[in-house]
Amino acid sequence: MRAKYLQLFVFAGLLVVIQLITMFTGSVYHLTQLTMTAYYSLLIIGLCMLIGYAGQISLGHAGFFAIGGYISAFLTTYDLTPHQEKVIISLIKKTGILVSRPDLYGGSLINLHPWAACMIAILTTIAIAYIIGGPVLKLKGHYLAMATLGFGIIVYRIVIGTELLGAADGISGVPGFSLLPGVVISGSSAFRVKNYYTSWGLVIAAMALLINLIHSRIGRALSSIHGAEDAADAMGIPTAEYKLKTFVLSAALASLAGVLLTHYNGGIGPSEASVMKSVRYVAIVAIGGMANLWGALFMSLLLNYLSLRGYFGTFDDAVFGAILIIIMLFAPDGLLRKKTISDIKRLFARNTAEKEML
Amino acid sequence: MQFGSIRYNTDTPELLFRYGMNWEFFFQYIIAGITYGTIYAVVAIGFNIIYNATGIINFAQGEFVMIGGMTAVTFSHFMPLPFAIASAVLVTMITGGVIEILFIRWLYKPSVIRMIIITIGLSILIREMSMHIWGESVRALPYFTGTSVSSINLGGVYISPQVVWVVGISAIAVVCLNFFFSYTLLGRQMRACSANRDAARLCGINAGNMVTLSFMLSAAIGALAGCVVSPITYVQYDSGTPLAIKGFTVAILGGLGNSMAAVGAGMILGVLESFSIWIMPAAYKDAISITILLLILFLRPSGIFGSAEVSRLKEF
Amino acid sequence: MTLLSIKGINKHFGGLHAVNNVSFDVTKGTVKALIGPNGAGKTTLFNLISGFLQADTGAVIYKDREIQRLRPYQIAAHGVARTFQHIRLFPKMTALENIMIGRHTHSRAGFIAGMLNLPFTWKEEKEIKEKSLEIMDFLGITGLADAEATSMAYGQQRIVELGRALACEPELLLLDEPAAGLNMRETNEMGRLISRIRDKGITVLIVEHDMSLVMNISDEIIVLSYGEKIADDRPIAIQKNQEVIKVYLGEENA
Repeated sequence: MRAKYLQLFVFAGLLVVIQLITMFTGSVYHLTQLTMTAYYSLLIIGLCMLIGYAGQISLGHAGFFAIGGYISAFLTTYDLTPHQEKVIISLIKKTGILVSRPDLYGGSLINLHPWAACMIAILTTIAIAYIIGGPVLKLKGHYLAMATLGFGIIVYRIVIGTELLGAADGISGVPGFSLLPGVVISGSSAFRVKNYYTSWGLVIAAMALLINLIHSRIGRALSSIHGAEDAADAMGIPTAEYKLKTFVLSAALASLAGVLLTHYNGGIGPSEASVMKSVRYVAIVAIGGMANLWGALFMSLLLNYLSLRGYFGTFDDAVFGAILIIIMLFAPDGLLRKKTISDIKRLFARNTAEKEML
Repeated sequence: MQFGSIRYNTDTPELLFRYGMNWEFFFQYIIAGITYGTIYAVVAIGFNIIYNATGIINFAQGEFVMIGGMTAVTFSHFMPLPFAIASAVLVTMITGGVIEILFIRWLYKPSVIRMIIITIGLSILIREMSMHIWGESVRALPYFTGTSVSSINLGGVYISPQVVWVVGISAIAVVCLNFFFSYTLLGRQMRACSANRDAARLCGINAGNMVTLSFMLSAAIGALAGCVVSPITYVQYDSGTPLAIKGFTVAILGGLGNSMAAVGAGMILGVLESFSIWIMPAAYKDAISITILLLILFLRPSGIFGSAEVSRLKEF
Repeated sequence: MTLLSIKGINKHFGGLHAVNNVSFDVTKGTVKALIGPNGAGKTTLFNLISGFLQADTGAVIYKDREIQRLRPYQIAAHGVARTFQHIRLFPKMTALENIMIGRHTHSRAGFIAGMLNLPFTWKEEKEIKEKSLEIMDFLGITGLADAEATSMAYGQQRIVELGRALACEPELLLLDEPAAGLNMRETNEMGRLISRIRDKGITVLIVEHDMSLVMNISDEIIVLSYGEKIADDRPIAIQKNQEVIKVYLGEENA
């Protein structure tokens, strides 16, 4: 029972080791990309729940990421100063969720507090996921893939076509997010180590929640839906409801990732909503082994980091395309799969057994 | 994936809109709609050919259109236009066949999700390779006859000669395909395979070859569409995907696998899209077709021309 | 007392009249069998009762309640469990886990409770496991608990599927050809199990082709032919029913 948490501690240890290595080799700047990787990983493990455990593909998760990021970016940068005389604004002001901060030219801006913006962003995403999830998850196979892809493209077209959201330039100048006293999510190098640990701390917390879920009654029900949906239905499992809830959960994680990364980067652009991003997330889940949270997490750590550091150069997208094809052709169950390891063990066991027979 | 919107460079309805609406503009919209609708229909037919043969939706379908347009532009520097187009169609056709042989043929009963992911991966790879081969610049074939400003007067309505080429060549291609599937031995064998693969095999038809052939045909017709439309819309390494989405919308609208209905559905989408500029900013134009796609998927996945009974029987 | 009552139910598939105005009752605590030649509409009838299909007309009354419009999972929650003609076990799960799924309607931990691993779920999980092991013990398959369900022998898979349905603690158990693919010894074992299930007070409605099994365990038998009910009687009477013999058992048995 406790063994399932042991891996989390080992992983936390690994993160400390990585931080120490960057400290001693004088490459602390790597932590910036590793922090961004952490936020993408939040999305990836949520998507892994959806694809691997609930068996529903989504080619639109960058859309949820962008909805979270854009809403929070807009609300924390949109200046309410010209509107502050209006009744509704003064009412909001009394609740204390508005903050004023200096702008670049010495004036002052009145914005929504990041916590309030974050809540609005995530709740909006959840609402959208509920609304589109109902009809979308009734679809299967190609139709499901196309519908989620379509959703992602609509989000992309909206963010790139709307002046208020900065059109092709996106939104910049997003302030830091003081999560707790002393913990500010922002890209300033003074907070680099703290941000690294905060981001990965959140990933570990999310992992713990998802691991619990997998080992619960719901997790069992989800794998039964994946295995034989009609039989699960006949056993009293509300299949549509569970699929929808998993979809909403993964959308909420994507949205949270979007919010936090936007504050960390100080802005967000339309490329975060592009379908290529969604496909990349699916690729990472696929190579991690679909129904394998740890596999997805490790692959996310490795591939996002390499990609963000620019190791793939102009072949960035091509690398992910190639990964998708190669994995699906030769190892559709993923590389990091317990089965592969046990297969190898069995192979050895058989060899020794045969030798003993002789 | 960047979704560059399809570019108009003549008779832009956006431009016309500023001068208000009258009957002449109304017909211009219709004609623009029919032009795009024709291309969407041809792309949809490309989807249907492969879908009928394999049950696969080829997410790389739009890339065939892009390769067709790109190679034709390259060839047109060395040879006369008709030869350039013919060679481009041939090259794309071979590409389609090679893709099938390398990535699809040897898989044993692949799951739908696996095929989706493989064809998406292929679409990305083809696009990225094209970017490295041709760069990010926008290209176009010259107008087949006349120039971008010449026009034909049809009873008071002026249309670009290229529109005639687009509609004419596409119509001929669709008629030829129909003839091929209905009256030739090979076409009938392909239909037999799509109806019942095992039974066709028992009759001595090489089902594997039929699938390769379906990819080649689908690539060829996509490439042809890419060639005829490139003078109007231009072509770029990433222009395949938006076309694929619209082609898929049309294929669904007409009912997957039903190519004749796709022609009607293509016209509907083309005209709807063209008139959408009346009521919303042009930047959201591409969102129209996707919204239509989602609505059909939610409300009537068998398509507006298809029967619900049949689609329920299909394994999805 | 009548547990399940089918009233004038009809189902068409295109031009095929799969179930034609069939009515019957199932008395609580009995084993009722549904027999008939292939294509008589038996499995269709099962799917109508368990909510996998919707009837064109007619009613399915379970415990004085119309359940026709309910979804399968809702019907299961009302205490109707079923097995499938073609075994539908959950792959990549052990036999025990498969049976634990059957406890779903008797537990309540949701997404939030599951994610937070709330203390009440620990007790619930323990109960689920104990109850499932109890059922495996009842069926005599305790040794299979950790075997992957879909890699077991066919006969064992049938028993596990039966166990999964029993884990729902159903009042009405629908068995769709439980002896299909079993050898004679296994069939006899299955027959004994069904009788023991009935003795626990569970009402059983069974579709089966194996006549000796049906005659042995059933209290009442319904005979369907081309979607129509042609007889509904005790086994002895069915064996003597001239029409049944004609359409079903064949002339040589007369």
